[in-house]
Amino acid sequence: MFYRESGDFKTSYAADQQTFPIRFDRIVIALVLVFAFAVVPFFINDYWEKSILLPFLVWSLAALGLNILTGYCGQVSLGTGGFMAVGAYACYKLTTGFPDLNIIFVILLSGGITALVGIVFGLPSLRIKGFYLAVATLASQFFLVWLFNKVPWFYNYSASGQISMPERTLFGTAVTGSAATPWATYLFSLLFVVVFAFIARNLTRGRLGRSWMAIRDMDIAAEIIGVPPLQAKLSAFAVSSFYIGLSGALFFGVYLGAVEPTEAFGIDKSFLVLFMIIIGGLGSIFGSFVGAAFMTLLPVLFKNIMVGGFGWPTDMVQHFIFMLVGGLIMFFLIVEPHGLAQLWRVTKEKLRLWPFPH
Amino acid sequence: MKLKSLIAASLAAAMALGAGAVSADLTFPSLSYRTGPYAPNGIPFADGYADYFTLLNERDGGIGGEKINFIECETGYNTEKGVECYESTKGQGALVYQPLSTGITYQLIPKATADDIPVHSMGYGRTSAANGKVFSHIFNYPGTYWDAASIIVKHILDQEGGDVNGKTIALVYHNSAYGKEPIRTLEELAKKHGFNLTLLAVDHPGQEQKSQWLQIRRERPDYVLMWGWGVMNQVAVQEAANTRFPMDHFIGVWWSASENDVLPAGDGANGYKAINFHGVGKGFPLYDDLQKHVVDAGKAAGDGSNLGTVLYNRGMYAAMLASEAARTAQEIHGVSNITSAQMRDGMEALKIDQARMAEIGLPNFGPDINVSCDSHGGPGQAAIMQWDAGAKTWSLITDYTGADREVVDALIMEDSAAYAAENSITPRTCG
Repeated sequence: MFYRESGDFKTSYAADQQTFPIRFDRIVIALVLVFAFAVVPFFINDYWEKSILLPFLVWSLAALGLNILTGYCGQVSLGTGGFMAVGAYACYKLTTGFPDLNIIFVILLSGGITALVGIVFGLPSLRIKGFYLAVATLASQFFLVWLFNKVPWFYNYSASGQISMPERTLFGTAVTGSAATPWATYLFSLLFVVVFAFIARNLTRGRLGRSWMAIRDMDIAAEIIGVPPLQAKLSAFAVSSFYIGLSGALFFGVYLGAVEPTEAFGIDKSFLVLFMIIIGGLGSIFGSFVGAAFMTLLPVLFKNIMVGGFGWPTDMVQHFIFMLVGGLIMFFLIVEPHGLAQLWRVTKEKLRLWPFPH
Repeated sequence: MKLKSLIAASLAAAMALGAGAVSADLTFPSLSYRTGPYAPNGIPFADGYADYFTLLNERDGGIGGEKINFIECETGYNTEKGVECYESTKGQGALVYQPLSTGITYQLIPKATADDIPVHSMGYGRTSAANGKVFSHIFNYPGTYWDAASIIVKHILDQEGGDVNGKTIALVYHNSAYGKEPIRTLEELAKKHGFNLTLLAVDHPGQEQKSQWLQIRRERPDYVLMWGWGVMNQVAVQEAANTRFPMDHFIGVWWSASENDVLPAGDGANGYKAINFHGVGKGFPLYDDLQKHVVDAGKAAGDGSNLGTVLYNRGMYAAMLASEAARTAQEIHGVSNITSAQMRDGMEALKIDQARMAEIGLPNFGPDINVSCDSHGGPGQAAIMQWDAGAKTWSLITDYTGADREVVDALIMEDSAAYAAENSITPRTCG
């Protein structure tokens, strides 16, 4: 039917190598982007911004980052919360240290700093693998959070150790701080997510991504055919940490505006992002988004249905949500062990064969 | 078919995600936590807060003839959920927020100020918010952490005959914004009075305190202060009992002293002290009304067993202060259906004397409340209470006393000025 390669003739290399080779994909993505950029900003309010869209965007970016490391390069990491903290504190120190620096550069630099930290903590991956690496990255989680709580320089010697984002503007519109309007923060975060999702998609299709996947599938074989493990693994750590740093900076600067390290970047955040990519689908860009949506939006959805709709007591609803979300995670992992992205992959296969499935 | 149902489900989901209704009553949201590691403390407070509003609705038909619309939202002491709760309830005309979490308070300080909704962080949150010139919408009467630190040190001074030179005071604190809050004041006081301060951080959630108490056993500080919350309190009291630390030298902040915290340690907790800014027990006429109109009518938020516990009393006290502020706002503006901006004016002009307290049914429940444009920290008075493990009751052992204003006010000025500079706020002038 509409979703197929046949009949979609490519006449140039550029057309053959484009990011989305199937016409239907391009149309749908274009429509989604037009909707997200041109329609949503007119209807967004504080609630949709702070409770639904910003958390979704921020966590999507974090899931993308971890998916590059774990899904594409096969290196299990439990340090996501710590790396997000690096992004957030880099963002804080850069904004307060250089008040005139444009917020876009602040966030990109925060990502860059996190990438460097990621490389340092990625070094053990050259020696150890699998669960042992997970434990090594777990150390980074605890060390980084402890560091930001311990050293007053990171929080500018404030009495409570909390960091708060001052107001920063882009083209005269506030994008951080309390005066920022919902559409501004939304578009700002969306811009980062779209640009970097596009880059991630292309990275994973290119030489670098293929070397990551070669390492993931069998590192010795990859080394024999000439993929340098040092470069591949460390670049995966760098790129992944860059994304996670961006998401940490957006999490602190745009979404929350004030954080304290132990609460905002605890070990539960590392697990949350890991669950996102496992449920969404390891080694899938689309899966990162679906996983982030599943883990951040489902509890809000259930809460609104049960408290707002049925009027149940809040504590019972909370316990119910724990059980429901937990049950759904198990359900999806049993029914579809490769994550929700696999469902979409299967659907696409079906569409290609439709209306004559064998 | 499967795809269709999926689309239908997602559409329904998208509708349900954005919920919310607008009502005309006086709306008091309660960002409570009845789940998670801090639930044992969150539940009694939330019950007290809810029951008082239920009482006003049942007995008086609301405040000034306006019914109260009470909305509860579960935060789990989690900042992100707190933000979600704030955003989902503010559209319903919320008059005042009391998040009962320092982390969430820090989130709400800029947001609520921009939205023109007052925040009452009663005895928690950002201490320097007591400077009403900088923090126009944030209130922390009747006292702040720095007041608490100073009053506790005053009590120690009394105990030691006015001289603590060379003594050691240890602070066991929750390693978060909340727990770190008193450190600066204690450092200043240490300089002034010449005692040594030892800082012992306990990480969230606070079940693991072996090393901290080992250090206390080794160094034998003369006094231990505690800034703890949730399960951390119980563990600390138990550890103190195990290390045979003299309990009357162990003093907690007002959040570290509920029945839940001392009961597990049994007799070992006897003599444990804490600071408090309101009365204890059920011996107030208001409780008869609560029992009659709320508990016996089956309208209590909890099972009614928390009545008279420290945190229930505090939640009820918070609700009482909020409703009195609403009443004040109604008087100032001459309308019964006030807005959040008018509520803010009411809070800033709040005055409650002992006569009014007796009228409410809480004679001598707390010190006189006196909020002004300059000072959102209220009277800044508190008393020391002590736990009697035999009778299983708290009792106030001192009068309400004030803090060392010289030290505390200077610190408040310094910190609020730093906040104003960082966020480019021009302090308003108070007439």
